[in-house]
Amino acid sequence: MATQASDPIRDSEGEARKFSLVFGLDTFGDVTHDADERPLSHAQTIRNVVEEGVFAEQVGVDFFGIGEHHTDDFPMPAADVVLAAIAARTTRIRVGSAVTVLSSDDPVRVFQRYSTLNAVSNGRAEVILGRGSSIDSFPLFGYDLADYEDLFEEKVNLFAELRKGGPVTWKGRTRASLSNQDVVPHTEFGPFPAWIGVGGSPESVVRAAHYGFALMLAIIGGSPSRFAPFARLFHMALDKFGRPPLPIGVHSPGHVAETDEKAREEFWPRYLQIITRVAETRGFAIPTKESFTFEVGPRGALYVGSPETVAQKIAANLIALGANRFDLKYGMGGLSHESLMRNIELYGTQVIPRVHALLASRKEVA
Amino acid sequence: MTERIAVLGAGHVGPVIARIALDAGFRVTIAASDSPEKIALITQVVIPGAEARWASDAVEDADIVVLAIPLHTFVSFDPGLVAGKLVVDAMNYWPAADGVLDMFQDRRYTSSEVVQRRLTRSTVVKTLNHIGYHDLEDARRHAGSPERSAIGVAGDDLAAAKAVEEVIQRIGYDAVRLDSLSAGRLLEPGGPVFGALLRRPEFELALSVKAA
Repeated sequence: MATQASDPIRDSEGEARKFSLVFGLDTFGDVTHDADERPLSHAQTIRNVVEEGVFAEQVGVDFFGIGEHHTDDFPMPAADVVLAAIAARTTRIRVGSAVTVLSSDDPVRVFQRYSTLNAVSNGRAEVILGRGSSIDSFPLFGYDLADYEDLFEEKVNLFAELRKGGPVTWKGRTRASLSNQDVVPHTEFGPFPAWIGVGGSPESVVRAAHYGFALMLAIIGGSPSRFAPFARLFHMALDKFGRPPLPIGVHSPGHVAETDEKAREEFWPRYLQIITRVAETRGFAIPTKESFTFEVGPRGALYVGSPETVAQKIAANLIALGANRFDLKYGMGGLSHESLMRNIELYGTQVIPRVHALLASRKEVA
Repeated sequence: MTERIAVLGAGHVGPVIARIALDAGFRVTIAASDSPEKIALITQVVIPGAEARWASDAVEDADIVVLAIPLHTFVSFDPGLVAGKLVVDAMNYWPAADGVLDMFQDRRYTSSEVVQRRLTRSTVVKTLNHIGYHDLEDARRHAGSPERSAIGVAGDDLAAAKAVEEVIQRIGYDAVRLDSLSAGRLLEPGGPVFGALLRRPEFELALSVKAA
């Protein structure tokens, strides 16, 4: 876990949590455009993501995450390889998946890849597991969407066993059984941090608590406050299963620029284009100027604006949800690498210190 | 007059429907595929006021049963469970997102027509399927509000459709009736209102343009 010991914040019931604040950046490897609005190659996009991860450490970001995707817009099927490149050039920043689509992966391989990444990075790797809200990996690897729930349930169960360390005995329907199997590499510092990404299913919240994984709330549309009951549910479920408290994080999309106007001007056309393209398979409504204005406003889910605007919104929602971690999903297909670097710089040098200050001053008042 | 609503399904959609039904003053029971103990905590925290039961007990005294289960599990759903009931079909057939299901592949029929043909002893009304579960709660408005959105209600049985329309109005939406489950195609994924929040005039316009 991050060792930075500052600013434990209080949840919605005023209970102090012992977890330190963590601020991360997530990317799906969104294909960027050059100055002439031409998309860069997949290879160049990936090299740019490495630069972005290294730069994130330099400007003070705590975590850099890469979300697995398998499409032309998001050529990021091997996040762990890219994370290893970032880890090799950094010393402090934590690296992890955001998310690993566990349903269509092999838990043994996921454990091996991320325990290897922990070896490479001296214990800085973590994993966020998801069922996959974009389902491209299912047909690609020959999985049936009808098994969506069962695949995830079984594989989370096996991953929880693997994460404990030591030989594993396991039986299920979705992969070969294991009998007293030693799975290598062994971790140096015990179980590495593991989260479950939850989009809106209370059953997933309870599942995370059941297996002792931290909770990452993926809030990509609508009012973040509607997730407050999920935070309460998580705490109560941990209690019920006799587990110690675990952290809660928030993952949301956004874009930071010098001013609100600039951030919106850069982000909106790309957002409209990407959401329109994925609307059919993801069930998103096509955004309108009106819905966008709501989402970037104080009650919406997008963190698009100046450093001050974005910091205020992050602070407010961490408090409302009793969360101690915020991961900004930056980048949107079609933006330039330069504007992403600027976003990262502003997030690290201005947004993060400002949120720390906002939460610290609130604590003094309380 | 509807007083009791049973929600079958405790995934993404079921708890949201249960919560807004409670808010509107209905008595709500909820069931998942398993025992009520499994969803007791979820019910207590996320749907306070609802009663978690076994599915067969949940529907027993319900005036309306809302089906909010993944469509692929409907393939093995026991029709006897909702025999004699007014069933609201809030499910969608959406191969791009959920995969292909043979039972629903004959596109001459809407998914709700297939559901009705399987639930021979129930009366099926299609609604609550075309607004995202994350919007369903936030977008509610009182009657007369200029911001009130519309929800389509499609059914072959007029009395059943009217009963469901009343529920829709009470939970905070204008109900727009489509006169058959077949016409309910306009509410399906890929249709003109799917995923969109539209006020009644825009909603009716979107339907009429597409139907014309």
